[in-house]
Amino acid sequence: MSRNPSLTQTPMPVQDPALRARNFDEVALGYSAALAVEEAGRCLDCRQAPCIAGCPVGVRIPDFIRQVAARDFAAAFDTITQSNSLPAVCGRVCPQETQCEARCVRGIKGEPVAIGRLERFVADHHRETVGARPEPVPANGHRVAVVGAGPTGLSCAADLAKLGYSVTIFEAFHTGGGVLVYGIPEFRLPESIVRDEIANLEALGVRLETNMVIGRVLTVDELLDDFGYEAVYLGTGAGLPTFLGIEGENLIGVYSANEYLTRSNLMHAHDERYDTPIRRSHSVAVIGGGNVAMDAARTALRLGAAEVTIVYRRSFEEMPARIEEIHHACEEGVRFENLASPTRILGDERGQVQRLGCLRMELGEPDASGRRRPVEIPHSDFELEVDTVIVAIGTSPNPLIRNTTAGLETNPRGCIVAAADGSTSRPGVFAGGDVVTGSATVILAMGAGKKAAAAIDAYIRGKTEPKDCSEN
Amino acid sequence: MYQILSKRALNEQVTMMEIEAPLIAKKARPGQFIIFRVDEFGERVPLTVAATDPERGAVTIIFQAVGLATKKLQQLEAGDAILDFVGPLGRPSDLDGARRAVVIGGGVGNAIAYPSARYLHEHGAEVDVIAGFRSRDLVILEEELAAASTRLYITTDDGSYGEAGFVTDKLRALLDAGNQYDLAIAIGPVPMMKFVSRLTREYHLRTLVSLNPIMVDGTGMCGGCRVLVGGETRFACVDGPEFDGHQVDFDDLMLRNRSYLEQEQEDHTCRLQQAVQNHGGKA
Repeated sequence: MSRNPSLTQTPMPVQDPALRARNFDEVALGYSAALAVEEAGRCLDCRQAPCIAGCPVGVRIPDFIRQVAARDFAAAFDTITQSNSLPAVCGRVCPQETQCEARCVRGIKGEPVAIGRLERFVADHHRETVGARPEPVPANGHRVAVVGAGPTGLSCAADLAKLGYSVTIFEAFHTGGGVLVYGIPEFRLPESIVRDEIANLEALGVRLETNMVIGRVLTVDELLDDFGYEAVYLGTGAGLPTFLGIEGENLIGVYSANEYLTRSNLMHAHDERYDTPIRRSHSVAVIGGGNVAMDAARTALRLGAAEVTIVYRRSFEEMPARIEEIHHACEEGVRFENLASPTRILGDERGQVQRLGCLRMELGEPDASGRRRPVEIPHSDFELEVDTVIVAIGTSPNPLIRNTTAGLETNPRGCIVAAADGSTSRPGVFAGGDVVTGSATVILAMGAGKKAAAAIDAYIRGKTEPKDCSEN
Repeated sequence: MYQILSKRALNEQVTMMEIEAPLIAKKARPGQFIIFRVDEFGERVPLTVAATDPERGAVTIIFQAVGLATKKLQQLEAGDAILDFVGPLGRPSDLDGARRAVVIGGGVGNAIAYPSARYLHEHGAEVDVIAGFRSRDLVILEEELAAASTRLYITTDDGSYGEAGFVTDKLRALLDAGNQYDLAIAIGPVPMMKFVSRLTREYHLRTLVSLNPIMVDGTGMCGGCRVLVGGETRFACVDGPEFDGHQVDFDDLMLRNRSYLEQEQEDHTCRLQQAVQNHGGKA
């Protein structure tokens, strides 16, 4: 084991941009064992370990990195999975640059340790070489229902299963994974990785019931009253797309990013063996500046569009997408039309999208979010010639559960109101992830699932174990 | 997997199937729909629930084989199974309080109108059904509709059965003859629903229509099924599929339903041939 004094991260091999812009294979190829050991050598193993506090699920980062440096990859895997049930996913899609890596001491002078890449290596190495599934723990006789098989539901289910709970996840789609399979594209997070992580949960004893839309086929109350679940965790995400409300939004060729990505990812429209159609576009405008907008733009390129333009109201500086994603999109040839706001979509006589009308913007005073507010520049109209417009300006929680669960408090944005431990206005009903926070990140949702699992455990123990009466 | 319990051809193009799905059979109400996927490669396609048998755990669907998914489904037989069947989705029809209703069905839309007619009839309403078809050989559910109505009027465009003419002709005749209704339900091709709604508006008759836009998930996630109702964007899957016919922008719906038409026409022939070859043994 040797210290690596390099100020910069060990680069991770990636597919050549020109090549990858036309295929759906994974962009980042991951570290080899040698590269991982080299990068692990950059960790100072500092005592205060600020990185851990930056991790929403509290992975013991210096411990696992020390184990990687010592080439004890099996121990490193155990260390990570004690805190994180989806390491191969998180190693790929977590915004480490604002979390663990943002706090890394090595980042003060130079680049932080590439914690995310190391996490990914450990998970991939385990899957590819060992492949052993976790063993179920003895059942404690209590049953919990989890609604939604996305990041927060999977994380909550894993922690509960490890405590001996018998957990059933109810998923509306025909497959588990939530946004990991319908939203994040194959080239960033291969579906096989998600499948494998879910198979690990099933090995722990978690049951996954697909095609179950809770709020329709069964209500939360039925799960609690008729099906014998002692607690319910709601992790139904924020899946309802927001539209712009501008002229021409119903023309043929206007998609929500959710629809576009769901067709390509979940329904495999990019693979000709599958029946689901998707538009064959020549020139695409994607509206928005988040990760979802980058995913949609890069998907459009891979589906064969000759020109893809991101239209964003502010500048690169305010763009909410991860820097790495913006960088990858640029490399692949996505154009950026920043400081531009769409005003209307124009179609031809057959109702097909033909042009996107925009106005130039400039940045004014900071708004409530702290970002400088875009202000219209008068008479600055311009048009983009496009045949497809993808709207990626955000999502809000699905109303199905709040409309069918009496007494469940929600806020004016439609989010379920939950305390830090996930408890809601209804006893026995917990919630976390995007359905509580609005659209956020995979790892924050996973952190919420973890906290809720602990709270659900305490709740069920409190109900079933003999109480200490002296407290009353 | 969801087993096909029975299969019956209602005419050359329309097939009725019972699918084993006990939870859905218990929950589905008139107006709600399911989404099916035949196999791993299939599309997710919505179909309105035509009937349920909670005792046997059966959900009846009636469909016309028009697209790839419905053609794949049609090739299966009782005893076969499909990969996915999810529901009930959408809001149930708002039928309560109606005392005298006229239910208008067009073509395979009669299959969707049938459960509403039956529900109204069973709940003591007087129900006139106008069932329109292009010609005699396309008539479906005649017995069922007769049993679910006070009076059944069948019309055919070519006059080969029942009364000659469109459903709107018959509806206007009934209204002009002084029939007073408190609810109209119109389900069928979009132009039919458009013209029925235009007619009933003259008579200030509350009219429900069931919309069939393109859909992927059916739970409010994709927004592909957005329709303009009263000038506002609504999602047919969670806000509908039934809406006030006097508020719906039918032209917008017709436009959006053509989204993949040209592309499909290019692809379809070869893909269909392939699908038929793959399932050839069963067909």
